[in-house]
Amino acid sequence: MNWADLNLMPALPELFMSGAILVILMLDLFISDAKRGITYGLTLLTLALCALLQVKGYAATPVHTFGGMFVNDPLSTLVKLAMYGSTAIVLVYSRQYIADRGLFRGEFFSLSLFALLGMNIMVSASHFLTLYMGLELLSLSLYSLIALQRDSVKATESAMKYFVLGALASGLLLYGISMIYGATGTLDLALVAKAVKAQQANDMLLVFGLVFIVAGLCFKLGAVPFHMWVPDVYEGSATAVTLMVGAAPKLAAFVFVLRILVQGLETMVADWQAMLALVAVLSMAIGNITAIAQTNIKRMLAYSTISHMGFLLLGLLAGTPDGYASALFYALVYVLMSMVSFGMLLGLSRAGFDCETLDDLKGLNGRNSWYALLVLLTMFSMAGVPPLAGFYAKFAVIKSIVDIHLYWLAIVAVMMSLIGAFYYLRIVKNVYFDEAQDTAPITMRADMKLVLSLNAIALLVLGVMPERLIELCIEAMKQSLTVI
Amino acid sequence: MFTNQLSLVIWAPIVAGLLVLATGGDQRANLARWLAVAGALIGFLLSLPLFTGFDNLNGGMQFEEIKPWIATYGIQYHLGVDGISMLFVILNSFTTLMVVLAGWQVIQKRPAQYMAAFLIMSGLINGAFAALDAILFYVFFEGMLIPMYLIIGVWGGPRRVYASFKFFLYTLLGSLLMLVALIYLYFQAGKTFDIQAFQAIAKIPLNVQILLFIAFFLSFAVKVPMWPVHTWLPDAHVEAPTGGSMVLAAITLKIGAYGFLRFALPILPDAARELSWIMVALSLVAVVYIGLVALVQTDMKKLVAYSSISHMGFVTLGLFMFAGSHLNQWAVEGALVQMVSHGFVSAGMFFCIGVMYDRVHSRNIADYGGVANKMPIFAAFMMLFAMANSGLPATSGFAGEFMVIMGAVQVNFWYAALAATTLIFGAAYTLWMYKRVIFGAVSNHHVEEMADVNKREFLVLAVLAIAVLGMGLYPQGFVEKMHLSVNDLIAHVAQTKL
Repeated sequence: MNWADLNLMPALPELFMSGAILVILMLDLFISDAKRGITYGLTLLTLALCALLQVKGYAATPVHTFGGMFVNDPLSTLVKLAMYGSTAIVLVYSRQYIADRGLFRGEFFSLSLFALLGMNIMVSASHFLTLYMGLELLSLSLYSLIALQRDSVKATESAMKYFVLGALASGLLLYGISMIYGATGTLDLALVAKAVKAQQANDMLLVFGLVFIVAGLCFKLGAVPFHMWVPDVYEGSATAVTLMVGAAPKLAAFVFVLRILVQGLETMVADWQAMLALVAVLSMAIGNITAIAQTNIKRMLAYSTISHMGFLLLGLLAGTPDGYASALFYALVYVLMSMVSFGMLLGLSRAGFDCETLDDLKGLNGRNSWYALLVLLTMFSMAGVPPLAGFYAKFAVIKSIVDIHLYWLAIVAVMMSLIGAFYYLRIVKNVYFDEAQDTAPITMRADMKLVLSLNAIALLVLGVMPERLIELCIEAMKQSLTVI
Repeated sequence: MFTNQLSLVIWAPIVAGLLVLATGGDQRANLARWLAVAGALIGFLLSLPLFTGFDNLNGGMQFEEIKPWIATYGIQYHLGVDGISMLFVILNSFTTLMVVLAGWQVIQKRPAQYMAAFLIMSGLINGAFAALDAILFYVFFEGMLIPMYLIIGVWGGPRRVYASFKFFLYTLLGSLLMLVALIYLYFQAGKTFDIQAFQAIAKIPLNVQILLFIAFFLSFAVKVPMWPVHTWLPDAHVEAPTGGSMVLAAITLKIGAYGFLRFALPILPDAARELSWIMVALSLVAVVYIGLVALVQTDMKKLVAYSSISHMGFVTLGLFMFAGSHLNQWAVEGALVQMVSHGFVSAGMFFCIGVMYDRVHSRNIADYGGVANKMPIFAAFMMLFAMANSGLPATSGFAGEFMVIMGAVQVNFWYAALAATTLIFGAAYTLWMYKRVIFGAVSNHHVEEMADVNKREFLVLAVLAIAVLGMGLYPQGFVEKMHLSVNDLIAHVAQTKL
């Protein structure tokens, strides 16, 4: 690589973030526990500045750097901005919760930022190595975040489970990548796409590689049959960490899948379409049906995540630019919805009490009707009932499935959606129809209350005016997926 | 009157509902109630120009509004009413006003949320009737399930949780399948969701038409409700509070029949012709069998609920009276008149039951007897509604039933004969219930303590009674509004799309 040709500008936000993490890490050593708010503030400042740099460095057509390993395109800009916003919101929601549980330490923030850095690299990758690097940085940071709650048996168990299974999945992924390398002779996504398109031989090797890669990808997304870690990790971790694991990383995982399957291996669409169809149907079925039996809300939301990922994969497997855009839209709306639901759990928890079970939500309307309304908005959005944003997400995905004439798949998808509606309704029932069992006053920090309210209202606003976000997704896809 | 009359009719109640919600908790209950009645009244007054400003000589859409909404998916904010939908928008705004007045004193727990739910639902239902874009219709159609679910579940009877879940999931099942059908039609109609574009699709093969018709059928048959997917209705009606039952019976059932008129018939005429025998059979089952089921009920609300199913069976019968390729005009217009009339009559019946329930807290016929001795004014009003439910001439109940039977006779004598049994069954179950509850000697001390109607209840009863009588004596006033639109519909359905 020629040092003179190295253009660092496309990677400026990531470079800035790396520097900021190191600064925060160092500064935090000299900050006492009482003044930990400074670290918190610095982290939020870092996120704001990164977002600013991201917007300033916006490139309307893809710009490659680091010898073609790193790309800055509209898709990565959109997703990264969403991730910055999501991480910032998660930190705001988590502030009181982690303070009450002795987790308000500098490591929480630096690990979160490391995870975000890993996600950024994943999202901006145009080379298998960069993808893997970002994935590992993200995963290792998340494992550590979960294990930060070292006095909790459940948390350490979750961390171990996630670590072991994650290592296995990464291994599968690497094995698949190595097979692709063996078949095509390159690790650059664009060159891989060219090679796959050109060559007819070594089909078997490519397909084998694809299977292993899909296995690794489905693990990261949390899709059946690689979903077993999701309920345990979601339930065992502290709710704040659950949200950190479940929000932005889903966006990164989606783009990860997109880059490999669509930018790299689009020629093999017939193969991965069939695989993803099976995975999607199983995810929707198992996710929705098992969620009905849950009494722990975090576990229930974990299974609901599995079903949502199934829906996401439907958009992906459509194989059309509209389908990819609808999957991206679905991912963005999903992150918004899950932030509100976990955020509410965080808000209802207090020192010594975790709001976790269905019974803890009973009678919320009597305790605070505004929070009850927020829960109503997010639950109906998750169920896909108009006029909330979740409906348009499901609608867009089903539309792209009908477009490729897979009518039976569309019918199965809506039927699964119906089954899923039940457990969201059950939460609304607990909130509105039942008497409160936990009658303690709800204390939420003012900034959290504001952000939570805006977050939930955004679901309603997007439900009335989704056009702008849909347009953004379609534009981002169109500009970023280069046809070779 | 205003250029955006329809938008006002939809959004004014929703905004009013949000304002009522903003009044907060139970401390400011009276403010919430007065705001709600003001909002409902404004909503009703805004809908009147739709009637007075309606051009009877125009069979197409009036008061149209088109604005781009989600252009990427071909979805527009397209509103409009014709002779068919205009009547229901007004019926809905009217019923909302009655419902707000009905729930005045009865609802003590969170009245602000109660009133807000009804107002928001009213706006959403208006939107469903006025929408001319398929996804806009769908958004309003499903959106109104949310407030209804809350109304049944929070303020309903002992088995309200079961009833609210059943109502929501049953209705959701059908409409989700309809969504897939709508998306399919979008691709057929050249990537637009405009309902009139759907109706204009020139060619659809018969087997595809039948599949699409089944999807629409499942959605609207659950809403109407038709036998055998009617089982959610008795539970929902019985467990809902009085206001909820009134809106359910008067309005929500009509959206199902409206859906047949707006979607299934004009878009899929050949499938409608092929499958009309099923629709007629199911409708006659509803009329005869459900009429018999109503006869043996011991719970007043359940009786009226089954009576609603029976009357709606009449409506769906009228909508599918094909003589050759043409629908019978008498039958379709009769069905529409019956829909409007049933709106008034069932609202009246449920309100009457609510008045009695507020005093005695029982819905069982056995717990009543001789109410006329203590509540003579009320008994007189209930007599009118009971007679209208039975289809007595000079009440609105007769006009619609007569027209449908006339139309059925022109198609097939036996359809008419079986349909006419509704006149017998309707009289049987309604009047028998009336006799057991109202006539005779005072049966127990609960009835002894019943006080006659107060001013508010008198107002609601009087207004509904005037509506019932007015429509019964001069149905032409309603028929002339819908005549040309029905003509256009029949002409459109007569064309084949094979």
